[in-house]
Amino acid sequence: MSELKEELKAKLIEQLNLEDFEVSDIDDNDPLFDDEGLALDSIDALEIIVLLEKEYGIKLDDPKKGKDIMQSVQTLADFIEKNRK
Amino acid sequence: MPLFTLKNMSKIIKELVIEQGTVLLNGETFFKGESTEIGPFLKSLYKHLELKYGKYFKMDLLSKLGFLGAEILIDGANEIVPETDEVALVFANASSSLNTDANYQESIADIPSPAVFVYTLPNIVIGEISIRHKFYGEHMFFIQTEYNKEELLKYTESLFAETNTKYAIVGWLEVDMNNEYNAQLMLCSK
Amino acid sequence: MIVFGANNIISPLGWTSEENFKNILEGKTGLTIQDDKELSDVAFPVAKIKEIDIQQHLEEYPDVVGYSKLEQLCILSLKQIIANVDVKNPKTGFVFSTTKGNVDLLKEEEPGNDVYLGNTAQSIANYFGFQNTPHVISNACISGLAAIVFAKRMISSGIYDQVVLLGADILSKFIVSGFQSFQSLSAEPCKPYDANRDGLSLGEAVGSIILYKKEGEDNSGEIEVVNGAISNDANHISGPSRTGEGLYRAIQQATRNNARIDVISSHGTATPYNDDMESHAISRSGLSDVPVSGLKGYFGHTLGAAGIIESIISTMALKENVVIATKGIQQQGVVQPITVANENIATSTRELLKLMSGFGGCNAAVYFKKHE
Repeated sequence: MSELKEELKAKLIEQLNLEDFEVSDIDDNDPLFDDEGLALDSIDALEIIVLLEKEYGIKLDDPKKGKDIMQSVQTLADFIEKNRK
Repeated sequence: MPLFTLKNMSKIIKELVIEQGTVLLNGETFFKGESTEIGPFLKSLYKHLELKYGKYFKMDLLSKLGFLGAEILIDGANEIVPETDEVALVFANASSSLNTDANYQESIADIPSPAVFVYTLPNIVIGEISIRHKFYGEHMFFIQTEYNKEELLKYTESLFAETNTKYAIVGWLEVDMNNEYNAQLMLCSK
Repeated sequence: MIVFGANNIISPLGWTSEENFKNILEGKTGLTIQDDKELSDVAFPVAKIKEIDIQQHLEEYPDVVGYSKLEQLCILSLKQIIANVDVKNPKTGFVFSTTKGNVDLLKEEEPGNDVYLGNTAQSIANYFGFQNTPHVISNACISGLAAIVFAKRMISSGIYDQVVLLGADILSKFIVSGFQSFQSLSAEPCKPYDANRDGLSLGEAVGSIILYKKEGEDNSGEIEVVNGAISNDANHISGPSRTGEGLYRAIQQATRNNARIDVISSHGTATPYNDDMESHAISRSGLSDVPVSGLKGYFGHTLGAAGIIESIISTMALKENVVIATKGIQQQGVVQPITVANENIATSTRELLKLMSGFGGCNAAVYFKKHE
């Protein structure tokens, strides 16, 4: 699990071009869409959906579910653990 | 054949040229990068300007070029204040967003990327500059087969005459499908 | 005074402005469910011009066959309006508005020069023999309305006496997949301003209008382009402002705060955020009671053509004293009070506000007036 979270942090940094961040800067529970955390926006959210499909084979058909899943690296990792193929 | 005869209503305050790894401001060298290649060059220019703007790294090449160009023109221009509709942005190029369009076209075969798709419009750079400086004003993106300064200045003059516009960033902003780049921008005032 | 002259619309609803207008008044839509793997892996509602109709119209003009589909439609549209235009006159301008032009060529190994929008415009201009170099405007979804604003200003400042305006975009996998990646496409025909709206529907169309400077006393029946404005949200490159800031400012500038607006022809894409944003801008402008007519339920979102074809239809409605129903709405559900027309309303109308918004935070408003 902690391996997945570290991997996820690296993938987020790369995929979302978060050049100001390093893996060690991101805590598991940092809010993704808050200025206090990673300050992601709506396009990043869509890009995370692409990432889930591309890297983990998980198709998120209902974007409304995204809000709960994308709270933090922790919630994303939990979701991937449960659903990955 | 020239389209327009200029009446020279507007004043050009600053002129900026970015090409082949070099930035010229009012004809003098402002910055010279170690690399002329667009990616590393723009990165070195961003660092040189000592900017801290996380959104910059998400931009496509055309937006990065226009964003940095606007930063240089606005820096030190104390008459330009944020939160205004008095600053117009009027740009043109030949390749529209084709540099990013080609990237997006490639992603379609796999899983289309929304973060790339959003930049498949040339006017996104106008949005980026507007967000950075809270410019609410007039703006337009023209496509020209080659740089036609007169067309842009003539339109800018009509903005000075008919709208709230008092200042304008105007000019050519090109990144082509081979990653060749060229910016020729002016800061104009009424 | 700058007024609308001859005009044409080519869409799934018809090949003339009149045919489109008649079908719209009868409540017909160009949106149908298409299962076209060239455009999308899944079947989806879209307003697509029938290939067989294009072929049929081309029979009359064999010299147009060699052009791309987009250019063919553009030439066929302009042919309907250009008979009395002096294209050699240096005071005649030509403006082309498009978001993606021939972008479908990018899927080819060698896309060639036709992917450049300037070349596309020039080959259309050459076909008709325009003397002046075409102006090309590519400003996302406001392009068509921005072209009207540009043309109006060029005439006001004496550069041109008349401008031929052309707006066009066609469907491609490029465009469809992009909106799909944004999860912006509805699985059903779009429902503008509806409580259950869940996205837009795309369409393809070409529209053309002549804008010209009219002199003389008798202006009865003329549609005047009074003023237009473009403004930016300065908020986000894809998400509309939550307060409608840019559109509000565009409305203020276009109406100069003193217009008596009878009808609003809105953008109304039926995405949750766009329609809410418009409700903010309209109510902030004190226009909550003015009927709002959105045309995307008929044409779909036709991108660079939208500002042109929707302005044509809305000014025809102004002449006929009718407010066109916003097709697709069942129960209004936007955050601010506005009055969406859910059926055709016969009422005296004189002043029209046309609105558009798009990616990059851009917004445009044009104020039209009918002279009695």
